[in-house]
Amino acid sequence: MTQSLLHQILDYANRANPYPLYEELRKRPVHHDDGGPYVVSTYYEIRSLLHDPRISSDVRNLASTAGDPLAEPAQEEESTLPPGFLRLDPPEHDRLRRMTNRPFGPPHSPHRVDGMRGELRDIVSGLIDGIGDPGRMDLVEQFSYPFPVTVICRLLGVPREDESRFHTWADTLAASLDPDPDADPTERGKGAHDARMQLGMYLAGLIEERRRNPGDDMLSQLATATGEDGSMTTMELLSTAALLLIAGHETTVNLITNGMLTLLRHPDVLQRLREDPQLAVPVVEELLRFEPPVQLVPQRTTLADIEVRGVTIPKGASLWLVLASGNRDPQRFEDPDRFDPDRRDNQHLGLGSGIHSCFGAPLARLEAQLALSELARRLENPRLLEDPPPYRQNAVLRGPRHLHISCDGIRP
Amino acid sequence: MLGDGSLERLKREGRIVVVGASLAGLRAAETLRAEGFEGSLTMIGDEPHEPYDRPPLSKQVLLGRAAADRTALPRLRSVDATWRLGVPATGLDMAAGRVRLADGDEVPYDRLLIATGVRARAWPREAEAELDGVFVLRTRDDSAALARRLEEGPKRVLVIGAGFTGSEIASACRERGLAVTVAERGAAPLVGALGGVVGAVAAEMQREHGVDLRCGVMVTALEGDASGRVRAAHLSDGSTVETDIVIVSLGAIRNTEWLAGSGLGAGPRGIACDAGCRAFDIRGIVTDDIYAAGDVARSPHPLFGYQFLSLEHWGNAASQARIAAHNMISESTDRIPHMEVPAFWSSQFGVNIKSVGVPSLGTEVLISQGALRDHRFIGVYGYQGRVIGAVAFDQARWLPFYQELIETTAAFPPPFPTVDRRSDGQRPVDADFPDPSVPTHGPTVTLGGYSPADRRMTFTPAH
Ligand SMILES: Cc1cc2nc3c(=O)[nH]c(=O)nc-3n(C[C@H](O)[C@H](O)[C@H](O)COP(=O)(O)OP(=O)(O)OC[C@H]3O[C@@H](n4cnc5c(N)ncnc54)[C@H](O)[C@@H]3O)c2cc1C
Repeated sequence: MTQSLLHQILDYANRANPYPLYEELRKRPVHHDDGGPYVVSTYYEIRSLLHDPRISSDVRNLASTAGDPLAEPAQEEESTLPPGFLRLDPPEHDRLRRMTNRPFGPPHSPHRVDGMRGELRDIVSGLIDGIGDPGRMDLVEQFSYPFPVTVICRLLGVPREDESRFHTWADTLAASLDPDPDADPTERGKGAHDARMQLGMYLAGLIEERRRNPGDDMLSQLATATGEDGSMTTMELLSTAALLLIAGHETTVNLITNGMLTLLRHPDVLQRLREDPQLAVPVVEELLRFEPPVQLVPQRTTLADIEVRGVTIPKGASLWLVLASGNRDPQRFEDPDRFDPDRRDNQHLGLGSGIHSCFGAPLARLEAQLALSELARRLENPRLLEDPPPYRQNAVLRGPRHLHISCDGIRP
Repeated sequence: MLGDGSLERLKREGRIVVVGASLAGLRAAETLRAEGFEGSLTMIGDEPHEPYDRPPLSKQVLLGRAAADRTALPRLRSVDATWRLGVPATGLDMAAGRVRLADGDEVPYDRLLIATGVRARAWPREAEAELDGVFVLRTRDDSAALARRLEEGPKRVLVIGAGFTGSEIASACRERGLAVTVAERGAAPLVGALGGVVGAVAAEMQREHGVDLRCGVMVTALEGDASGRVRAAHLSDGSTVETDIVIVSLGAIRNTEWLAGSGLGAGPRGIACDAGCRAFDIRGIVTDDIYAAGDVARSPHPLFGYQFLSLEHWGNAASQARIAAHNMISESTDRIPHMEVPAFWSSQFGVNIKSVGVPSLGTEVLISQGALRDHRFIGVYGYQGRVIGAVAFDQARWLPFYQELIETTAAFPPPFPTVDRRSDGQRPVDADFPDPSVPTHGPTVTLGGYSPADRRMTFTPAH
């Protein structure tokens, strides 16, 4: 039954392999049950809705969420910070994203990401050096988790001595995005609230400090920017920094972990990557299609009646765009369930599309490329100790909670 | 031809000739090979260079960020062709199936693709056009020469004509800190392509960036010094601009003269062909062995009332070339029409401009997102109650949506609100295109007649 299909996708039991359910879903490109969200699962329809100016991401427009099983409970602490640009529409979205992009990418900072290559390499090497017992490691805890947080610290300009505090807050906040059915929700809510407060206060202090002594880091540049768009208020800066932290890290963890899992399931590709690190570029692209870290985009609302494949999605409806399903749509990709790094014309939806397409894409790609090619090169004869691994609860940001692997040794 | 094996023979051992070795020519050659054409392929080009890309010539090259000779088009696959570069084709014998070359050679073909593009319209007074310091910009060599001259730090640059190319040149010069005057006969830059409402934004952009923009004027004469270097230009309003570089950007002329007298339906407006890129002969009958693609082609577009469109767009050249190549070696039932929605981009004064559809066919424009005053907006063009084009200034990510509106002949004005609440009132206004019978920049040159005997060029000075 259709009702159960949606709930099956959210059901933890199907976390390890949701793809057969997506295949079911695609039989009706627009899926709707009474009171629930309108769920779109086919490639061309998703892509076109991602470019549709009648669809709002603004929380203030968010449809009444009754019946939407993914709707977030109103979070008190949310009200302390204005929404990041991910949850805003133009023109506010454009202004904040544009200002954030200035110190991050072309045309103003074309070398920011590529300039971090050496530093990223060092972080990767350091983490692999520190793995310890090659006989049993948890790739998530020991590698894919600490890596992006360290990177975001360097990017924002968090002093080295504060990085460990930063890691703790980031972990707590990330965990709060991932409802754990076993944990006490009030306890967790409080933990997240405290972490957010402390992180916010820490960042506010750092911003003050950077305003007085600007450096070359992103936070300094954001704090001191005075361009045609004016400057960011401290509140805007805080929510932007928080957005970069959360969005930038939760996704990269999963990209790298899903990546290693997929490579271990495709030893031929792993071998090729070991021999040719250049292959990391198409491998990561194919991973973004095959196992995208963001499986679906909820929290969009229609501002008008919109017809999609004969179904009218009414004004004010809540919309889910199932990117991971579109990525496996046989109408768009030949043999979509095959992991094939040689695939041509791989215009996947793994990083979204349109104005909200992943802001950190160039960095995420580079992080994953460096991480996977180094892991392939240095881990000797790696194997999965558990397949499938235990997954995290989260159906939207999907990825293994742990990835236990072993190998015969670690090459220098 | 169906099923008699001739197509197989053509693919195995046929002779295909491509005249015009640039974007359309190269992409067609690649498609032919990709689709299994194994016969002989000859690429004829009058320029001495292998195929290169033109859009950077008025952008990165003039900014000194790319060398003109480093703009070779990426090769998507090997084409294994005989290249006849630096030799213009001078004639076509349709009956015998031969292309004549300037060096006296003749090249026989079973299928011919004409992709000779357009050339820059020169300054009409020959003596003035030959003054040192007077440029046009179409080719790699033009661009290299101009870039060198800009490097020397001229005191002032005068651009005649504020279409896309002229505006891009002005933008590059300003970015290099050079003093620039732009003279435009129309009421605003880009007015012919985008109309006056959007043209006013382009004018504002130029002025904000320090361009001395003069609209509604014409350059009447160029004046040289004793050594034959240009030193000033005289304008129709009586003023004089002292300048040491003049760039003539008065649009383009289609390279069809070499086909005069051949019997092919080729003239100053291009080569007429069907939606499958097959060229018409002068009687209006479609040929089956001659194809045209790119800037030189004119073909009916079903979406736009089957009007014959000639487009000078990069994407159009690439896609028409692929379609022409495919159709050339396909059974009639497997042929495909060129139905792509036209799309164009430009970049000037730090703004990325992109259009889809054919804005210039529109009569009204609605700013559906963003705001004109921010120079960031989407303008939707309407024609008889439907959406016919759209332009984005720094808003390109939304354009696929508007393309869909054009493809589905959606109603104009669009009856829905958009995420951008600030849009300028959501009411359509007159797009303010100039009267089509009055050219926007520069004089009009027309070629008359198809037979060599009555061949003549008519020059209508602008007034
Ligand atoms: C400076 C500049 C900037 C541009 N910027 C953009 C942009 O930003 N966006 C965009 O969409 N488009 C842009 N364009 C347009 C785009 O470059 C053209 O649409 C594209 O080059 C058309 O390709 P084509 O192969 O049809 O013609 P062309 O590129 O004109 O090639 C035709 C070739 O045929 C040769 N030829 C002509 N006659 C003969 C003959 N008798 N025998 C042999 N060879 C012959 C010509 O010399 C030329 O090499 C720009 C063009 C220029 C000049």
